[in-house]
Amino acid sequence: MKLTDIASETYSSLSSNKVRSGLTMLGIVIGIGSVIAMVSIGNGAKASIQSSIEGLGSNLLTIIPGVVQPGRGIVSSGRGSAQTLKNADVNILKMIEGITAISPENSRRFQIVAGGNNTNTTVTGATADYVDVHNINIANGSFITDTNQRSIGRQAVLGATVATDLFADTDPLGKIIRINKVNFTIVGILIAKGGAGFSGPDDMVFVPLSTMQKILSGDDYLSMIAISVTDKNKMAIVKDLATNALLDQHHVIEADFSIISQEDILGTLTTVIDTFTLFLAAIASISLLVGGIGIMNMMLTTVTERTKEIGLRKAIGAKGSDINLQFLSEAVVLTFVGGLVGIVLGWLICLIVTSTGIVRTQVSFSSVILAFGVSAIIGIIFGYYPARRAGMLNPIDALRYE
Amino acid sequence: MIEVKNITKTYKTGDVEFNALSNISFIVNDGEFVAIMGPSGSGKSTLMHILGALDSPTSGTYLLDSKDVSTLSDDELANIRRDKIGFVFQAFNLLPRTTVLRNVTLPLIYAGVHGKEREEQAKKALISAGLDENHFHHMSNQISGGQIQRVAIARALVNNPSLILADEPTGNLDSKTGEIVIGTFQRLNIELGHTIILITHEQEVAEHADRILFIKDGKLVEDRRTHKKRIIKI
Repeated sequence: MKLTDIASETYSSLSSNKVRSGLTMLGIVIGIGSVIAMVSIGNGAKASIQSSIEGLGSNLLTIIPGVVQPGRGIVSSGRGSAQTLKNADVNILKMIEGITAISPENSRRFQIVAGGNNTNTTVTGATADYVDVHNINIANGSFITDTNQRSIGRQAVLGATVATDLFADTDPLGKIIRINKVNFTIVGILIAKGGAGFSGPDDMVFVPLSTMQKILSGDDYLSMIAISVTDKNKMAIVKDLATNALLDQHHVIEADFSIISQEDILGTLTTVIDTFTLFLAAIASISLLVGGIGIMNMMLTTVTERTKEIGLRKAIGAKGSDINLQFLSEAVVLTFVGGLVGIVLGWLICLIVTSTGIVRTQVSFSSVILAFGVSAIIGIIFGYYPARRAGMLNPIDALRYE
Repeated sequence: MIEVKNITKTYKTGDVEFNALSNISFIVNDGEFVAIMGPSGSGKSTLMHILGALDSPTSGTYLLDSKDVSTLSDDELANIRRDKIGFVFQAFNLLPRTTVLRNVTLPLIYAGVHGKEREEQAKKALISAGLDENHFHHMSNQISGGQIQRVAIARALVNNPSLILADEPTGNLDSKTGEIVIGTFQRLNIELGHTIILITHEQEVAEHADRILFIKDGKLVEDRRTHKKRIIKI
């Protein structure tokens, strides 16, 4: 039997009962469609989280006081509140090769008053390097300068969220805000960055680091040092060099600080999202399985229904293998076409999800290929048994069957 | 040529053995038109299944064109059916919702005949079976009983078999269309020289053949020539 013959036999038998073929296919359509949609939504979520983390600064190493070690929980007084990072550490780190910029920071929450409005937010003492390290953009005005720094100036830069919270639609530039009973002049406003969380700069007020330490908080330690590394490949080396330099400087054997690489955070989050995607895909696969069983059910019914036809085909010279092949190809075509329609459906779902703006979905080529392969395999697996039954029918019994 | 030598077919139900055919022997020459007659349960269907290579005898030999068919495997039997035998059934057994032409080309699909040649052969067979050309593209359920049986005959003819086996071909037809169908067989036999074995329980139908084999209780009880009733006008 030639391939074209099998194809035309398959077409004529499937098209002779269109409603049933269509309903059987629906199971596969929904299965494949949901697998593709789930995987794409997962991929989209991953990409958006990746880009927002990378948006926080490129090749970022973050040094925080205190230690986080697996199995020991948070040692000493916990990260952030420990007081082990000093201004002197920054000068040591500056000598390490491969560093583009270093941004020492000291943050604390304060109540901020501007005219009649007030808000409680994080105030960060920062230097001019903050802009480069954290990839932020100024909407209006300028950031903290070295001059502000040296003169322990009373200048403040507002994050986008804080600016709207305090000043709504009016232009805050040049206005005065009060932080902890000290007046600051607003010299700049940042462009909104989105992707809140992880010390997002939208909801922050920046003041010179010297002012923060000497006037606002009154202590000389740092709550964080952010380092921007020249090259992604040098991240590990710089991390090691920085660790050693700081151990020396602090005269300790066991680190009293932690260095978190951006890649570590990214890696952890990626793992979490991958697991979640896998979970969703596994649920969607169940509907695919149910669809496959539906195909088997229909094929078994068809074999019984067409017993007489099978007998006739055998009587006029069809071998068991010819019959087997014919029924198997019907099952495979059903799942294959179902898979195709499913891919289109999944893709449409992704378009709709993207258009709602929740997640920018990404339909990956590999998930489409996978779905296609899976649907064909399902056809073979669930079509095999009914086809074998058809092929093994005795022609005499089949002809007698009423 | 068909040679049947001492064919026995035994069915076993539990411990009870039952001989559907016992020790049957006969020869059918090429170009003969033979009727096998017998009451129901006489074993004539079993004989037809063996002659049609649908089943194998328990013992004895069956030579079709000097090839021993009685010991072949299922796939080899399928090849014999494909190349040497054409079936016409009482219940016609056309594929539903399928055109007349496609029904007739079906045996050629399994025989590996392709493209234009396949269609030509099918049309030739349909014309030989006496079906009007304007019915070729009708669906098999849109034509009359007599026409359906002609399509079935064309399907049996299409691979140019050594033997056409007709199992009660007039059983589902009224006497007038039945006569037309028998006339078609006679014409195929006389004009085209096809060997035909007709299984029937009607004396009237059997008289149209050259020769009648009478089966009773699994045994061949009579083998006689007929006066061969001719159907003059087809």
